[in-house]
Amino acid sequence: MTHSSFLIRAEGLTVEREGQRLLDGVGLSVEPGRIVTLVGPNGAGKTTLVRVLLGLMQPDAGRVERRPGLVVGYVPQRFQAPPSLPMDVDAFLRLGGASTDVRRREVLHGLGAGYLQRRPLRALSGGEMQRVLLARALLRAPEMLVLDEPAQGLDVHGQQELYALIARLRDETGCGVLMISHDLHLVMAATDEVICLERHVCCVGAPEAISRHPEYLRMFGPDWEGFALYQHRHDHHHDLHGNVVPHARQHGPACGSGCKHE
Amino acid sequence: MNELLLPDFLWRALLGGVGIALLAGPLGCFVVWRRMAYFGETLAHASFLGVGLGLLLHLEPMLGVAAVGAVIAVLLARRHPSEGLAEDTLLGLLAHASLALGLVVLAFMEDVRVDLFAYLFGDILALQPEELFWIGLADVLGLALLAFMWQGLLSLTVHEELAAVEGRRVMALRLGFMLTLAVFVALAMKLVGILLTVAMLIIPAAAARRLSATPTQMAAGAVMIGVLSVAAGLSASLKFDTPAGPSIVAAAAGLFLLLRALPRRG
Repeated sequence: MTHSSFLIRAEGLTVEREGQRLLDGVGLSVEPGRIVTLVGPNGAGKTTLVRVLLGLMQPDAGRVERRPGLVVGYVPQRFQAPPSLPMDVDAFLRLGGASTDVRRREVLHGLGAGYLQRRPLRALSGGEMQRVLLARALLRAPEMLVLDEPAQGLDVHGQQELYALIARLRDETGCGVLMISHDLHLVMAATDEVICLERHVCCVGAPEAISRHPEYLRMFGPDWEGFALYQHRHDHHHDLHGNVVPHARQHGPACGSGCKHE
Repeated sequence: MNELLLPDFLWRALLGGVGIALLAGPLGCFVVWRRMAYFGETLAHASFLGVGLGLLLHLEPMLGVAAVGAVIAVLLARRHPSEGLAEDTLLGLLAHASLALGLVVLAFMEDVRVDLFAYLFGDILALQPEELFWIGLADVLGLALLAFMWQGLLSLTVHEELAAVEGRRVMALRLGFMLTLAVFVALAMKLVGILLTVAMLIIPAAAARRLSATPTQMAAGAVMIGVLSVAAGLSASLKFDTPAGPSIVAAAAGLFLLLRALPRRG
């Protein structure tokens, strides 16, 4: 597999804060036209990883490579603009950089949000805010879109719509997409590659393979409820197809398929 | 006609007050939006240290205040919000430590008698022509800087990380804003005093909120309300012989209450 065409690539990212290891040797790469989805439980380091990739945070080890001059469109987690700040959607979009009125209207329309242009920011619903944030990212004509839990606070229908929209944007613009998601089943149709993260990369692969992967089932399967109490240590690694392979460096002889979590 | 017969000191007070209100409008809006009222208070408290050091070094106290404010601004702008002490604890520490230190320094200078009351509540009626010049200069530079940083600061106010990803220079913007605020505090101290400086920032801005649908409208509204407060406060002070600085702030608070009766926009 060659990486010559990557938009962003990371290797061995490790982040420690207050003696806690938030990320442990994480690597990934996003190529143009590919949608990569990060899944993992709360506290798995998904947002930390995205922050490092965006350059908002320095890793303690590892490195991030970006294609030179890479334009990133970022859709942060849902947030509330300060209520004391009077601002409408159009003014919010203008903050993202130079854009014409026509272009802003066009982009909002394309997202089915044309009617929002003159709405005050604080009057937006969760789904509307998501579209506005997406519009601000798209106005930058990004080569890569980064979305942190874009479906948060949306109902199932809204989530499906949003993921379909993201897939359509990828098809139209050919941009690469990296997003964080909670629910693999909804995001599946719109994803090329899934990365299960739990401080380290647990498994990587196509969504269909991941959804049957034991690691994924352990995280999101029937015993999901008990997850918070479940401590585990890895003694293996996974290849791109989700198969277990022995960890070359840290572990001794192959542990094969009889991997243990404790 | 009658107004033209006002004594010079009153004209200077009026001009100085308007000059302060001009800068306080947009600056105060950002203080309100970014929830930095306590940061403003910290700068104001630290003024005492600035006054003390200024007198100790035989400098203009206003310069000392601006210098101490600049140091605090740099310290706080460079800090990572998630590190160490909570923001309000750190601000409280800086505010009160520098206030205490300032009073200690003042006490050491036996040959200097400081009119504490004038520093606490200001003495706008004693403004000197050269002080007017400094206010005018700060207005021009401060407003030009704010206009230059306007979009960036707004972007930062809405979402700092989004602004950073979009290429805004977050640290430089934050520092530029805090330094402008430090200069403002040094000037406003002369007029309304250490205890009422922050009031000039936040009350007109808060009063303008309900009337505004855009950030620019709110800043312009805050300027107008500030100017009105200065005029009303000075008139009241003249008529009823009340202290000028507190009268201005009381007038601003009155306008805030009056404007609450109007329907909300935006």
